[in-house]
Amino acid sequence: MDLTTEMSLFLPAILTTIGGLAAMMMAAYKTDIRHVWTVSTGTVLLALVISIRDLLGAEGLLFSGMVGYGGTAAFGTMVVLLGTFFTLLLSKSYLEKIHHHVAEVYSLILLGTTGMIVLASSMDLVATFVGLETMSVCLYVLAGLVKEEKRSIEAALKYFLLGAFSTGFFLYGIALLYGATQSTSLDVIGAATDKGLIYWGGVAFLLIGFFFKISAVPFHMWTPDVYQGSPTTITGYMATAAKTSAFVSLILILSRALQSSVGEWSTVFEIVAILTMVFGNLIALVQHNVKRMLAYSSIAHAGYALVGLTAGTVAGYDGVLFYLFAYTLMNIGAFAVIAHYETTKGSEVSNLEHFAGLGFKKPALAVMLTIFLFSLAGIPPFAGFAGKYQVFAAAIEQGYVMLALIGVLTSAAAAFYYLRVMVYMYFRQPEFDIEPETPTNLYLGSIVVLALLTLYFGVNPGLIVNLF
Amino acid sequence: METLLNLTIYLPLLGLLGVLLVRNNDNLIRWVSLFTTLATFALSVPLLLNFDVAGSASVQFLTEGRHFVPGLDIQYITGLDGLSLLLFMLTTFFAPIVILSAWNSVHKHTAGFYAMLLLLQTGSLGVFAAMDAVLFYVFFELSLIPMYFLIGIWGGEGRIPATVKFFLYTLVGSLIMLVALIYVGYDAGMKVNEGVFISDLRVWTGPEYLIGLEQQTYLFLAFALSFCIKVPLFPFHTWLPFAHTEAPTAGSVVLAAIMLKMGTYGLIRFCLPMFPNASEAFAPMMAVLAVIGIIYGALVAMVQKDVKKLVAYSSVSHLGFVVLGIFALNTTAVQGAVIQNINHGLSTGALFLLVGMIYDRRHTRLISDFGGLSSVMPKFAVMFMLATFASIGLPGLNGFVGEFLILMGSYNSVALNSGWYAILATSGVILAAVYMLWMFQRVMFGQVTNDENKDLEDLNPREFGLLVPVMIFIIWIGVYPKLFTGYSERHVHTMLEQSKIKGDVIAKSADASDMPKWAASLYDITDDLALK
Repeated sequence: MDLTTEMSLFLPAILTTIGGLAAMMMAAYKTDIRHVWTVSTGTVLLALVISIRDLLGAEGLLFSGMVGYGGTAAFGTMVVLLGTFFTLLLSKSYLEKIHHHVAEVYSLILLGTTGMIVLASSMDLVATFVGLETMSVCLYVLAGLVKEEKRSIEAALKYFLLGAFSTGFFLYGIALLYGATQSTSLDVIGAATDKGLIYWGGVAFLLIGFFFKISAVPFHMWTPDVYQGSPTTITGYMATAAKTSAFVSLILILSRALQSSVGEWSTVFEIVAILTMVFGNLIALVQHNVKRMLAYSSIAHAGYALVGLTAGTVAGYDGVLFYLFAYTLMNIGAFAVIAHYETTKGSEVSNLEHFAGLGFKKPALAVMLTIFLFSLAGIPPFAGFAGKYQVFAAAIEQGYVMLALIGVLTSAAAAFYYLRVMVYMYFRQPEFDIEPETPTNLYLGSIVVLALLTLYFGVNPGLIVNLF
Repeated sequence: METLLNLTIYLPLLGLLGVLLVRNNDNLIRWVSLFTTLATFALSVPLLLNFDVAGSASVQFLTEGRHFVPGLDIQYITGLDGLSLLLFMLTTFFAPIVILSAWNSVHKHTAGFYAMLLLLQTGSLGVFAAMDAVLFYVFFELSLIPMYFLIGIWGGEGRIPATVKFFLYTLVGSLIMLVALIYVGYDAGMKVNEGVFISDLRVWTGPEYLIGLEQQTYLFLAFALSFCIKVPLFPFHTWLPFAHTEAPTAGSVVLAAIMLKMGTYGLIRFCLPMFPNASEAFAPMMAVLAVIGIIYGALVAMVQKDVKKLVAYSSVSHLGFVVLGIFALNTTAVQGAVIQNINHGLSTGALFLLVGMIYDRRHTRLISDFGGLSSVMPKFAVMFMLATFASIGLPGLNGFVGEFLILMGSYNSVALNSGWYAILATSGVILAAVYMLWMFQRVMFGQVTNDENKDLEDLNPREFGLLVPVMIFIIWIGVYPKLFTGYSERHVHTMLEQSKIKGDVIAKSADASDMPKWAASLYDITDDLALK
């Protein structure tokens, strides 16, 4: 394959890179911020369309086997770009309202997305590492965007320190695996037969690195503070696109490099999944701040995705991919509604009582949030149910009935805290005199589209499942 | 016809969109909802008329849609058989009545209220028409959402804990069922569908799919737990009195008449044909719980000060009869349970409607606030009397038919193997007469002691009109039950017979040496080797 063909198959990442650099240059020349936004959003939309094209095409390896195209990689790319696209649409008016609408944000988001795409399609641990770092560095800066606020600075610093820490584990894991197998290519590692202590040590460190990134318990400590401190639409971006890319990369590693030893690692995943589901949900139960509650719930959701990985089958991986897709839709949507409430005078902190009575003040937004919350709780007919169904079904098929039982029971506990938001929105009298503004058409439109997609893929999951 | 069935299920959704379109005009909202529900009922009538009673054992008006998820046999399958037809009709029948009952009593967020009622309608119709287990589950859960809001937004003082309790209780049960459901799907796939996951209920309950005894135990408990919470069977009933008391009238009516029936329907639809051995083994246990529920519900109802709470506890008692009938496992009793499902819907539905009407006038439901109403509101008194007598099970009214069949069937039941269940349950009938008549006497007879009751307006034409159809059926089923029991007779008979055969096959092939001791003793499997 010549370079042009290879480049054309990797077009989404190349486009976002160019878009990111263009945004940076436009910022340097003090171009009108609206143009920067238009260029970035346009680029991402184009990349999204191309990624859907790639999804329908063939599978294979590019750049001497560094990254893959088609199949799982293309699906990961598509979900990441979908998340980025909606983040861009929603960030415009949110960032304007918090007075941080600067061009550099778009540059960082686009470059971070490039990292995520590389991560989600890497077939070699070196590419995985490069993607992971590109993504993380951009996210560290984005987390600290509101530099006047202590929380935001704290979020950025915590994210950076713990992220760097986990990168250490990750690199060490790569080094050990290279020592054991003389390669960083996933396929070569997968073909290794001599599995000694060094090999297993490498696997362990690599997985710890990933557990940090997907915020699995007990490596989740950074998540709540970072998610709460970051600007809300950016939190949505981190919780969905970044997590999706890490999960997709993990799926590629598990299915290509570690599939032969599924019996060994599935127990580890089972334990981590149980811990993550139980702790994530239990701590979310006692949260008073809605944004923080969603942060803990995102930990719990990582646990459900881990249930699908525990199964270690194609059905399990596919279930997780669908779950990530559904999760991206509903979580960005939920964060977007909360972001809008937060920009209202009087409810900047988004505690539960600030939501009291909002259901009837802004019915459209509240209905959308209701849809997202029901979907997050895994109630049919929304996409969240279809996702949960698939991961649990994959686990039960492999005989993990207890794991599935724990999963459904924790999701019943989860339903309680999602319902509580609705209790405040609809059933209680408002405690404060808060009058939320009417969202811009673009903002409301994006949320409505997300809600409709959440409903559509809940009723008709087949359309997406066909693509794997 | 199958198009008609699907149209009936989804028409309320169309009405929901209509309600949202006219959301600022309360009057128009009511008319749109009424029109939608009347149209839904009108559409469902041809289904009843075209139903082949002789073939009620098989699914009719069948739609076999496409697969939801490739690689898994999860299909869109809807249809009606003898078991679901009457419940389906009950749902379409009650919808316009419920809409009418709320005509003047809902003033805040009217559009939301009617939208939720219509959504609930689609959910309930879907539950009864779904012939695929996953589809059933989706509708089963979907119907929770509108009820959650109905109680939470338009309910009484203590509505928030009541609705959260209702939602979580039911959710826990159904999530455990979900795990069991997925398990059965793969198990059935492995045994009868070439390894592909299948959730077609006809395959699950069919004669070819056999489940081993040990698995049956776990699966039966998972399914039964979910449905018993929904019914609710003692000791899972604690959510019900709160939900009923706090719900607005329309919510209580739908809850009592339709939603509780999903539990008993599920027991008959899933548990009996799929787990014949487990159903038989657990029948005495279920019957004990049912009898406790009958007596306990009646005793608690007797001491209630609030009329609505009294009716709510009487539901616990009445549904105990239905569960007793189901687990007597013979045609008479199960047949009685099926018809009692309908009867309870009609009579308790009517009682909640009546309580709602009096609440609209006086804004209290305490028995002590009333007295002598029969002289002020004669029409109301007649209706109330009919509903009360139906609920007690007076011969000539519908309640008698169901209770009689259940008691007779369970007395002779081989599975229960003791007449004591029926004898103790009969005391529930007597207690019902005590608490209902005592309440009736305190509310209706005597002098008008409370001045506020002196000028109460009797039923207006709307209220009278919406009660009349219910009363017609209460009397009709009472004097000519054969017409109604006929729809399900064949189905119940065939189903029980097939389950019996299935159970025997499973029990015969079971070997005590490769199952744990508890299972062997539970199912009376003796170790053949030891005998030799």
